[in-house]
Amino acid sequence: MTDAIAATQGKAALSGDARTRRRHAAERRFRMMGLLAVALGVLALVGLLFSILSSGLSSFRQTYVTMDIYLDPGILDKAGNRNPEDLAKVTTFGYAPLIKNSLAKAMNDKGFNSQLEAGPAAELVSAEAPAILRRYVLNNPDQIGETVEFNLLASGRIDGYYKGRVTMASAELDRNISPEQLQLADELKEAGILTTRFNWDFLTAPDASDTRPEAAGVGVAILGSAYMMLIVLALSLPIGVAASIYLEEFAPQNWFTDLIEVNIANLAAVPSIVFGILGLAAFINFAGLPQSAPIVGGLVLALMTLPTIIIATRAALKAVPPSIRSAALGVGASKMQAIFHHVVPLAMPGILTGTIIGLAQALGETAPLLLIGMVAFVRDYPAAPPEGFFDPASALPVQVYNWTQRGDPAFVERASGAIIVLLVFLLLMNLIAIILRRRFERRW
Amino acid sequence: MLTEAATEKALERKMSEINYKMVGKDVSVYYGDKRALFDVNLGVRNNTVTALIGPSGCGKSTFLRCLNRMNDTIANAKVTGKITLDGQDIHDPDIDVVELRARVGMVFQKPNPFPKSIYENVAYGPRIHGLARGKSDLDQIVESSLQKAGLWAEVKDRLHEAGTGLSGGQQQRLCIARAVAVSPEVILMDEPCSALDPIATAKVEELIHELRTNYSIVIVTHSMQQAARVSQRTAMFHLGHLVEEDDTDKMFTNPNDQRTQDYIMGRFG
Amino acid sequence: MSVGSIVLVVLVLAVVGYVLGRRRALSTSAATGTRLHSLPGYYGQTVALFVAVPALLVLAAWLFAQPILIENRVRGMIPDSVIPEGGARSLVMADVRNIAGGLDAVLRRDALNEDALVNGNLDFSNVRVRLADVGVALGSDVPREVFDAAVTYRQSAKYGSIGMTVVVLAIALALGAWSLMRIKPKLRARNVSENFIQALLIASSTIAILTTVGIIFSLVFETANFFRMYPASEFFFSTVWNPQFRGGSDLGIIPLLWGTLYVSFVALLVAVPIGLMIAIYLADYAGSRLRSFAKPAIEILAGIPTIVYGLFALITVGPFLRDWIAQPMGLGNSSSSVLTAGLVMGVMIIPFVSSLSDDIINAVPQAMRDGSFALGATQSETIKKVILPAALPGIVGAILLAASRAIGETMIVVLGAGAAARLDLNPFEAMTTITVKIVSQLTGDTEFASPETLVAFALGLTLFVFTLALNVLALYIVRKYREQYE
Repeated sequence: MTDAIAATQGKAALSGDARTRRRHAAERRFRMMGLLAVALGVLALVGLLFSILSSGLSSFRQTYVTMDIYLDPGILDKAGNRNPEDLAKVTTFGYAPLIKNSLAKAMNDKGFNSQLEAGPAAELVSAEAPAILRRYVLNNPDQIGETVEFNLLASGRIDGYYKGRVTMASAELDRNISPEQLQLADELKEAGILTTRFNWDFLTAPDASDTRPEAAGVGVAILGSAYMMLIVLALSLPIGVAASIYLEEFAPQNWFTDLIEVNIANLAAVPSIVFGILGLAAFINFAGLPQSAPIVGGLVLALMTLPTIIIATRAALKAVPPSIRSAALGVGASKMQAIFHHVVPLAMPGILTGTIIGLAQALGETAPLLLIGMVAFVRDYPAAPPEGFFDPASALPVQVYNWTQRGDPAFVERASGAIIVLLVFLLLMNLIAIILRRRFERRW
Repeated sequence: MLTEAATEKALERKMSEINYKMVGKDVSVYYGDKRALFDVNLGVRNNTVTALIGPSGCGKSTFLRCLNRMNDTIANAKVTGKITLDGQDIHDPDIDVVELRARVGMVFQKPNPFPKSIYENVAYGPRIHGLARGKSDLDQIVESSLQKAGLWAEVKDRLHEAGTGLSGGQQQRLCIARAVAVSPEVILMDEPCSALDPIATAKVEELIHELRTNYSIVIVTHSMQQAARVSQRTAMFHLGHLVEEDDTDKMFTNPNDQRTQDYIMGRFG
Repeated sequence: MSVGSIVLVVLVLAVVGYVLGRRRALSTSAATGTRLHSLPGYYGQTVALFVAVPALLVLAAWLFAQPILIENRVRGMIPDSVIPEGGARSLVMADVRNIAGGLDAVLRRDALNEDALVNGNLDFSNVRVRLADVGVALGSDVPREVFDAAVTYRQSAKYGSIGMTVVVLAIALALGAWSLMRIKPKLRARNVSENFIQALLIASSTIAILTTVGIIFSLVFETANFFRMYPASEFFFSTVWNPQFRGGSDLGIIPLLWGTLYVSFVALLVAVPIGLMIAIYLADYAGSRLRSFAKPAIEILAGIPTIVYGLFALITVGPFLRDWIAQPMGLGNSSSSVLTAGLVMGVMIIPFVSSLSDDIINAVPQAMRDGSFALGATQSETIKKVILPAALPGIVGAILLAASRAIGETMIVVLGAGAAARLDLNPFEAMTTITVKIVSQLTGDTEFASPETLVAFALGLTLFVFTLALNVLALYIVRKYREQYE
């Protein structure tokens, strides 16, 4: 009897009234908002990557003009002695007719009316092509007089035509290309003279001038970034680890230690562009180091990376339990021995992970490098280190910025392509960090 | 077979005679792969203080947390068996855990006032459950709850100061007032005095004594004296099993099980 | 000797020192029959440290000081008369450095020897042509004084590097010999080398202080120069930013500050609600499957370089906003705008807000949640009424940190916000920020010692003070908050 009453009461009280239903509706709304926020975050990431990939992947493919070129000794080596100095006197203007003639011949073989079409067709070849040809001849003087097959870059407009950037309609308004030339290009493609292939040059070639986007590559930028990463690693890893060991293991509790701690915390939050100002004022204007050089960029980035490495290293040192130190001290090791023989090796995975993450940050940093002149147009590869550290160079993210500032839309594709290269490097570094962490992670 | 069925029948008859508020039947709890509670059968009587005793890790807190489904907040905890409140299964899908907790309140081992004023601490529950019809109503509930918790006299002049500024004993009584404010039918107390000094403990015990007239109380305690002082029924747990359950007086004078005897005499635990 | 080879020689000397030190320790111990205080390796280590460390430090200091000293000396040699009108001494100095560099190539090419230069026998008349032949282009014909200065410059640099080689190697050898001589079995070699290493550790940790000092010094020094040329009151209170090449510029910070704050505000408007909800959802609601996928995905956003976001703003978000919203509604037709930069920057700081809030929400003790659940609160009630109020100071700190990040961000605004200094409320208009102007004033062609360039340092100092204040405040709040639960 009492049970029955209690049960009905319970039913009534436990299944909820209108107010409870409202509260649950609010709960569901809140939950949906959370899910929406997560979805937005993930969507932003996907959108970002999709936008970069869709506009940049095409820079890894490039349209080439394939033809046999007769290296005419009558033009290239009038003296006939294969003397390098005499060969060098023939400028790129001298090479242009070679290309034009060979193209006419190739077209003739394929059944084109070369009389009418060779002229417009020659304009489809990149203005960079004679320079490429000249470089080849100077490096291989013995080939003069032979017929060699070349893959020469097609002009940026033609390349853009096959990537959807240039259309018949846009060619109508373009001084550099006409719809007729595009039609001709289609026919040449049919005939196998125009081909589209993987673009290794993009990864190895230096930057090119405003009017030759098809020739621009990230070779110098990759080299410059690599040099800077070497400098950052060589400076910030030892200094960062040494500073962390001191602060974590030796430093007494006093104002000096506090000062250092406060400084590190604040440096971690200083805007990167302020480090650029420091680099300009201290390293270039005051110490007289050269502009655009990897050494300056490396120094600035090393200072920026230092707080990251110190924070990570201290966390790694802190994670080594005190019992390890006591055990070492207990067998008569000095404090220094206990730390260098036991604590630091145990903390090493954490230290390396932090270092790689710091390096990845430094690799993507742009703003400070703009201020120290790395934005300059650099075509020459820097020499091998250590002298090369002082040569002008570019850096991957700065190269991206550089290309966004140019008029030809073909450079947007190049910029996105350079970002893909940058992201691949970052991905690799982070993968290494994750593997290190997985592999050596220790639970105490 | 026959005897087992017979005892079951007898047990059921006995259960229906007594006025149980909550009944746990074959309650087992798993934390991941680890089993923490083994088929516990235990009832909570109306207007009675039930003490759960036993050595550390014996499952008494785990059982307590089953009664208002606080184990739901632990990710890999799984509860099996049947627990009823006024005859209704609290794990029934129709049951709203929010409503359940409003009726089965809880006080924790460490005082955990919210970092808000004393008033807001107490008013929080009535507000979310919509128990007050207006400001004066709410004031009324806060005052009476604090009075029931024996705290009113001490805090009535500083209701709007932070609850975290009170002493440990006062904080715990504030938490009790907070639980009382939603007018629960059962109050679960998980070692409510373990973080308190003897004077504060005495006050809380006195309070439990008074609360008994209106509520059913389940208290987990490590102190035999406390169990003896405040409870009418005592249940002894050991290694996840319920050893025995009986009137407190009987348990402390003449327990059936040797383990209870040993524990009460302080031979282990 | 080049720097690289000096370093190499010093390192080789250090290795030799190690071997000798170790051997000497063993032999003296054997000869005198006394036990060594430390392991023999430590004796070698002391020698190696004394050989390498002071010598390399002197080398670094020398490399730093030499150009400054030479520069000052040569600068004094150039009479005012050869400085072209409207030009500056620094331009002439650039010529001097160019010629000095070119002379090496000229000498090498023409197989001349040093005497020709020093005695002035070199045919001066066609210096410009000769230099041009080796690839050093000079603007105008070189005055005799400048050429002489260049010769002196070159000469000093040469003597300087000879001096450096001698001094560095002498230090390495002398200290090496000294530390080798003092090796006795009783020498506490381990303590010596450990003290030495500890000194190195301390020195490393002071780099952080030096960096801060360097930043402050370079900012304050040039800012003071700027205020000598341009009134501070104009800089801080003028509402016009209009730099001119020929002087007479208006360099008021207010439009830049407005753009900076407006963009940051939009960014926070995007990032704070989304970031906070992500933190809450992932901490309290999401199942482990979703969490293990969404959490790293959000964190990836933090690892993407800002230039990538900048390009995203430039090629995707900007044109989208212009073509689909701004132009149809007649609100503007610029693809770079406050909204473009703000939205993209907001996405960039989402992970910043969410991971900080996540830490802070998790720092609220479980007891708080239990207390609320035990009263029958739903999860969202617990979050909104207990956890968020309890975590509020920490979240405010996180938002301040995010704001400081937004204010100091450069590449997104350079590529997304535009370059026009404007005081406007329309978020679809292009506006500019402090960081954009620092970049444009320091990468332009204007002369360094002009107010148009130096203003960048004043802007940098403002930015530094701003972000520093925000950070200090944020860290203070967060620390106070942490203490509350400890």
